[in-house]
Amino acid sequence: MERLKAIIVKEAWALLRDPRARITLFVPPLVQLLLFSFAATLEVKNADVGFLDLSGGVQSVEILRRLDASNNFDEVRRLRSYEELKSAIDRQEIIAAIVFDQQFDRSVLSSDPATLGVILDGRRINAAQIVSRYISEVASSVGMEATSARTMHQPSIARSWFNPNLDFIWFNIPALACIIVSVSALSITAQSVARERELGTFDQLMVSPLRVHEILIGKIIPPFLVAVLAGMVFVVAAPIYGVPFTGSILLFVLGLSFYALALGGFGMFVSSLSTTQQQAFLGSFVLTVPIVLLSGFAAPIANMPEWLQPLTYIIPARYFLEMSLGIFLKDMPLSDVLGLLWPLVLLAIATLGASAWLFRARME
Amino acid sequence: MGETVASIRDLTMRFGGAEDDALKGIDLAVETGQITGLVGPDGAGKTTLIRILANLLPPTEGSVVVLGGEPGTNRFDLGYMPQRFGLYEDLSVIENLTLYARMRGLPQSEWDAAFTRLLDFTDLARFKSRLGGKLSGGMKQKLGLACALVRTPKLLLLDEPSVGVDPVSRRELWAMVEQLVDEGIGVLWSTAYLDEAEQCEVVYLLNKGELLFAGNPSNLTDEVAGRVAVVTGFEGRRRELLTRMLDRDDVIDGTLQGRSIRLLFDRPAANDAVVLDLDDGSQVEPARPRFEDGFINRLGGGPDGTSELARRYRMIDGGDGCAIEAKGLTKRFGDFTAADNMDFAIPYGKIYGLLGPNGAGKSTTFKMLCGLLTPTEGSGAVAGHDLRTAGPEARRSLGYMAQKFSLYGDLSVRQNLNFFAGAYGLSRGEARNAIDSTIEVFDLGGDLNRSAGEMPLGYKQRLSLACAVMHQPPVLFLDEPTSGVDPVARREFWTHINGLVEKGATVLVTTHFMEEAEYCDDISLIYRSQLIAQGTPDELKRRAQVVAPRLQAPTMEDAFIALVEDRDAAVEKAA
Repeated sequence: MERLKAIIVKEAWALLRDPRARITLFVPPLVQLLLFSFAATLEVKNADVGFLDLSGGVQSVEILRRLDASNNFDEVRRLRSYEELKSAIDRQEIIAAIVFDQQFDRSVLSSDPATLGVILDGRRINAAQIVSRYISEVASSVGMEATSARTMHQPSIARSWFNPNLDFIWFNIPALACIIVSVSALSITAQSVARERELGTFDQLMVSPLRVHEILIGKIIPPFLVAVLAGMVFVVAAPIYGVPFTGSILLFVLGLSFYALALGGFGMFVSSLSTTQQQAFLGSFVLTVPIVLLSGFAAPIANMPEWLQPLTYIIPARYFLEMSLGIFLKDMPLSDVLGLLWPLVLLAIATLGASAWLFRARME
Repeated sequence: MGETVASIRDLTMRFGGAEDDALKGIDLAVETGQITGLVGPDGAGKTTLIRILANLLPPTEGSVVVLGGEPGTNRFDLGYMPQRFGLYEDLSVIENLTLYARMRGLPQSEWDAAFTRLLDFTDLARFKSRLGGKLSGGMKQKLGLACALVRTPKLLLLDEPSVGVDPVSRRELWAMVEQLVDEGIGVLWSTAYLDEAEQCEVVYLLNKGELLFAGNPSNLTDEVAGRVAVVTGFEGRRRELLTRMLDRDDVIDGTLQGRSIRLLFDRPAANDAVVLDLDDGSQVEPARPRFEDGFINRLGGGPDGTSELARRYRMIDGGDGCAIEAKGLTKRFGDFTAADNMDFAIPYGKIYGLLGPNGAGKSTTFKMLCGLLTPTEGSGAVAGHDLRTAGPEARRSLGYMAQKFSLYGDLSVRQNLNFFAGAYGLSRGEARNAIDSTIEVFDLGGDLNRSAGEMPLGYKQRLSLACAVMHQPPVLFLDEPTSGVDPVARREFWTHINGLVEKGATVLVTTHFMEEAEYCDDISLIYRSQLIAQGTPDELKRRAQVVAPRLQAPTMEDAFIALVEDRDAAVEKAA
């Protein structure tokens, strides 16, 4: 026990006193928390749109009024001519322009098909698509109201469960808990053995009576604690962003722990393989990218090509992402959590076992 | 008198953030036609000074003139060989030479002549197409020198060319450089080996950034003339006697030399066994002073002979068993045999040396015995514990000190001590006592919260030893423990080791540092993966005289070279 305690304390100090390790410890989680929560938003806010109203009627004014009232757009600008429209889009002053033709008002009132021209800036494809959706929603509701007196048309009503306002921060915070934990757990464990090799302390460690399992446990525990702590930061930060935490904290910590262990196993494997910190850094980077991409964070796993999907089974983030979203947003029940937990437990056992084997094999 | 090719006046170098100046008020001149030695322990400022001359660092203050101008003006006339020469390991010898010829703008018409001359000069012609990475340490240094000489320079700066080079290659390098000097080149040779200083015409001795001495080395040794004596023929244990002698007020330094003891006095030496309180058979004879004696004298003498560490150490009673045993230890890497059939048994209370050139297999043998490498064949045991079957027990009974500082540099001194106490399984109370005692013995109290990596070299070495012996192991493994440290720190270290051995501890040391070899009770000479000679230092010297009768009173280095050459001759004859 004295030996295990000694190496855990030593590893913790090595983490806290090495300026480089300290940076990997604190900077990425904080920066990512801020960056991803605000910059990686999938909504369009603060964009300007223009309009060219040739109809001069009330219906177009109503549509513009509603667009202006929504807080999706900063300014709804009147354009005087096609030339002005063209240059405003060209200089990226507006992301979209709406054109009401001369018949617009009349068509709406006479229930003829009324056409609304929308010109989008295709260079900003994501934002443009979202803007286009907003505009058509507003336009169709205005049209609906204007004609509803005369038709029995019942519009569909969409309601989003678990995230009623489709607020993207509700998705981002639980997902980030998963991504950032993977980044820090991987990069910290990846350094631990490589650092000893590079600085020449590895031999000193190997001639001590410390056994391999003690060394590995000692090297896993501090990064494990850091990772769990980093994950919990998101639980604490959630209310600040207005994101609910509906499930059980206990289950979340349980899932997070095995997730961190599985990642620690991957990191330790990389570290046992590397002889320098540089190699370890590159190795953890090479692993981080597929972990993030294949986790389902960037694109749903179901959308991936068939042959790629089985690969996601060995990506720990795949299971924890689902668990984190579930526990945060829909109070995921125990049975579902367990269904996602056992693959993580298996992965942790497999990766830690493999890294112990590799560590032994590369001791000389 | 030659031409002055470099001169420095009142040079001071200060690095941002450092407490002390790296160089303080240095005056120096390099003339053609002689080897100018830049001598001092690691961290004295040698590399900084050479880098200033090579225009790699701007000095903080003072004037520097190189080849008649500012540093960097006549670059083609300057040859510079840094400590780790920039050889390309994936290029062959001849490709490396070609690369440097291009880089230094040698006209292509002159290449062939230059390469033939250099390959001949360095005796590397046979290895022309061998990759740089596959050369031995000595050959690498020779190739490095050849690359620095592609264009014959007027001034050649050599930054520790002999570090990590075995004595045979070291002599060859030295002979090569002497030949260059005869051709009218000015050479500045920096070294941490004090015996090399005596071979220079002019020596600048640096210590902690200060110029301690400048001039012909004999001027420094003259300061201690008549104050050196050698004691021989005494009864009893040599280490005990050395301790007793060092504790005397008039003795400022002492070393072991096989069965004799060499002493430096603070006054004309007492040539009298009675004055020194020696037993009847002892003889005291005056000896020729060495450069190192002068250095130690300037530093105010070495430490006393009694080691506080040893005084507090437990008594180790190993009985008649062996502390370390190697039975047919063999290690193969692929089809290369790194160590072949090593056999020796070391009793308790002895210092045992593994001596040999770099790459000869001494490190491999050493690593197999401390459990860092698994032997391909054979077995080893430490304190009666077989390394294969009882690894952790064996490791618990040994203390290990690596050549390079290998504690945790980012951790504070106290955190390092805590870790090693814990790693060796000391209980909380034991650990507290051991750490307190260590802090007192090694005078670490003022630096407990400092990062270990920031400590001066001498303190790092103390701390390494402290961490290695905190659990009071019966066996100590030392890998070139004192190369590069100043002589006083080296004495202090060996005083502790001698004291521990008197308490019954056993020490296994690898070294190619001849002075460390003299401290050994027994030595195994390892060459080309084989154990070629075994015996006490005195026996090895005698055996060397048998194979090379020309040797008179050989030093350990002479003996080493003679035995290695004899082996080479025998192998050639057989082939």
